[in-house]
Amino acid sequence: MKMTGAKILIESLRREGVEDIFGFPGGSVLPVFDALYDASLNLILVRHEQGAAHAADGYARATGKPGVCIATSGPGASNLVTGIATAYMDSIPMIAITGQVKTHLIGNDAFQEADVTGITRSITKHNYLVKDVRELAQTIKNSFHLAQSGRPGPVLIDLPVDVTLAETEFHYPKTHDLRGYKPTLSGHPGQVKKAANLIEQSKRPIIYAGGGVILSGASAELKKLAEKTSIPVTTTLLGLGCFPETHELSLRMLGMHGTVYANHAIMDSDLIIAVGARFDDRVTGRLDAFAPGAKIIHIDIDPSAISKNVKVDIPIVGDARDILLQLNKIVKKPRIKPWLDKVKTWKKKYPLGFKDDNKLRPQYVVEQIYKLTAGKAIITTEVGQNQMWAAQFYKYTKPRTYISSGGLGTMGYGFPAAIGAQVGKPKDIVCDIAGDGSIQMNIQELATAVTQKLPIKIAILNNSYLGMVRQWQELFYNKRYSHTFLKNPDFVKIAEAYGACGIRIERKSEVEKAIKKALGVKDKPVILDFIVEKEENVFPMVPAGEAINRMIGGMA
Amino acid sequence: MKHTFSVQVENKFGVLARIAGLFAARGFNIESLAVSPTNDPSVSNMTIVVNAPDERILEQIKKQLNKLVDTIKVQDLTGENFIDRELVLVKVAVNPKTRPQILEIAQTLEAKIDEAATKDLTLEVVGDQNKIHTLLELLKPFEIKEIVRTGRIAMSRH
Repeated sequence: MKMTGAKILIESLRREGVEDIFGFPGGSVLPVFDALYDASLNLILVRHEQGAAHAADGYARATGKPGVCIATSGPGASNLVTGIATAYMDSIPMIAITGQVKTHLIGNDAFQEADVTGITRSITKHNYLVKDVRELAQTIKNSFHLAQSGRPGPVLIDLPVDVTLAETEFHYPKTHDLRGYKPTLSGHPGQVKKAANLIEQSKRPIIYAGGGVILSGASAELKKLAEKTSIPVTTTLLGLGCFPETHELSLRMLGMHGTVYANHAIMDSDLIIAVGARFDDRVTGRLDAFAPGAKIIHIDIDPSAISKNVKVDIPIVGDARDILLQLNKIVKKPRIKPWLDKVKTWKKKYPLGFKDDNKLRPQYVVEQIYKLTAGKAIITTEVGQNQMWAAQFYKYTKPRTYISSGGLGTMGYGFPAAIGAQVGKPKDIVCDIAGDGSIQMNIQELATAVTQKLPIKIAILNNSYLGMVRQWQELFYNKRYSHTFLKNPDFVKIAEAYGACGIRIERKSEVEKAIKKALGVKDKPVILDFIVEKEENVFPMVPAGEAINRMIGGMA
Repeated sequence: MKHTFSVQVENKFGVLARIAGLFAARGFNIESLAVSPTNDPSVSNMTIVVNAPDERILEQIKKQLNKLVDTIKVQDLTGENFIDRELVLVKVAVNPKTRPQILEIAQTLEAKIDEAATKDLTLEVVGDQNKIHTLLELLKPFEIKEIVRTGRIAMSRH
């Protein structure tokens, strides 16, 4: 049967199992939006294209399915860029569809034209400009395969208007036709054996787990490895939830704002078992001082992640789950009792903490959210202090429950990501832990959340500052608070103006009641405006360029 | 150190930009680049010569080249046994005194004379890097008006 390009797009998305799309219309995508008018796909209309990209990303992180967003040509597409880059840095499967001017106008500086495949080349796993409707179905098939397989990532499809209007026979291909793309999935058994030997001989081993564990669905195998060997586990920011933080072997997060005990443990270790993590600079601190006595086993699906920052002794390229399954079959428990005792001492000596007095402190707010949601919520965050407190004072026990822009560090991410997460997980409690700075970067999405009746909780840790930047200015720039003070709007009134619920909390004693009230709201978003201590800092902290065991503010 | 890559890629628009982008994003200058279709019209071959100031970054680039979806095969010919050729056109200013000297150089290196005018000669030389290097060294004392080179093409002997 002959179909238009627009219909082919919709039908192909349906065949790929897509149910929800986040988007915003415009001239160049009119044919697609016309086809959406009577399609069964659910389009969530955002108020800014950046919101669509972050929502698709949040949807993907919460559900594991690829997120789909759509925008028009030119400004619509360029507004997606930050969201695409965010997904790329954190290896999130996403399909971005953009309209493009008619093929014969491309390169003519036509109205709303931008070279979107050019702009997004370095922030997508791959991108396509489709110039012939006969190539459309295969392109979509390839895009979904690319986005989800190997190291996942965003794929952009640029669709000129005339391609979406042209007609052709529709056959949805069964497979991709990417001959040059063959990610290694299965780990080399010889390497796995070497790793098992090294683990058995180790005296001070540590597992360092990242977002790759969540992406590959390897949490159960990771837990098995830890329990079988008694090796303690620390995770990256993106790895939060891949290993239960309530487990006795958990050292929680490491790195710049990680726990003191995780940082001491990795620095003193003689073996690091890295799983789906990439030795990011926020984790390693000063590179030449990082874990000087440790050998490194690095499990990663991306060969280019191996020996990029640190020299690896045993690389194992492949899917984390496959490799851990193999490893768990042969690994033996090392004799590490003295090491475990030492780690335990660190844990006791340097717990995470804050001054729990009668002031309203942001850490307390996060702790209360943890308590009152029984640790079962999906937490999204913005970027800065809010992101770090959300990582430190909420304990994550399941994958896909801490959703945050780790690599790119995108302010304005958390709220639209929460919209995506709530659409994908309608029954879960979704809470965006935000700062008063970040929330204003995509606050227009309140209209989206209200229209969609999404009961998202937005907890603004409102200190009238761009808090993390202010913290750096306090510690490293002589308290010269250059342009970090914010004169804010009344967030409660903003919530009400959009038709959401707004609650202001100014005292510690009001926190519990307010959160409970917010949890009771089921049909619209709630802004909780917590007026917290203004100059509270995120501690512990490794100053930039220092070794990660040289932390400041290790104790409460 | 100089590295020579032979890369097989999809013969499609945009592929060259992706490859060049990998080098550009890391501040590496491509010394020479030759692209042409192969016996399979859907595949292009690229010979890329790059001077790597940092071997570790080059290792990264190699992995990134492999990671590109449009890349079919990457060979780093450096340190391997390979055949390489380049074609060079050189226009040299001549006078009655230097003309026979240039012609002698041309003869020694089996260079063709493509253009012979009263004031200049245009030589065409095909050869490996040694031969091209020798030619340019021998012509140094003379006034070279213009040089155009194709860039190196290379193929593994195996």
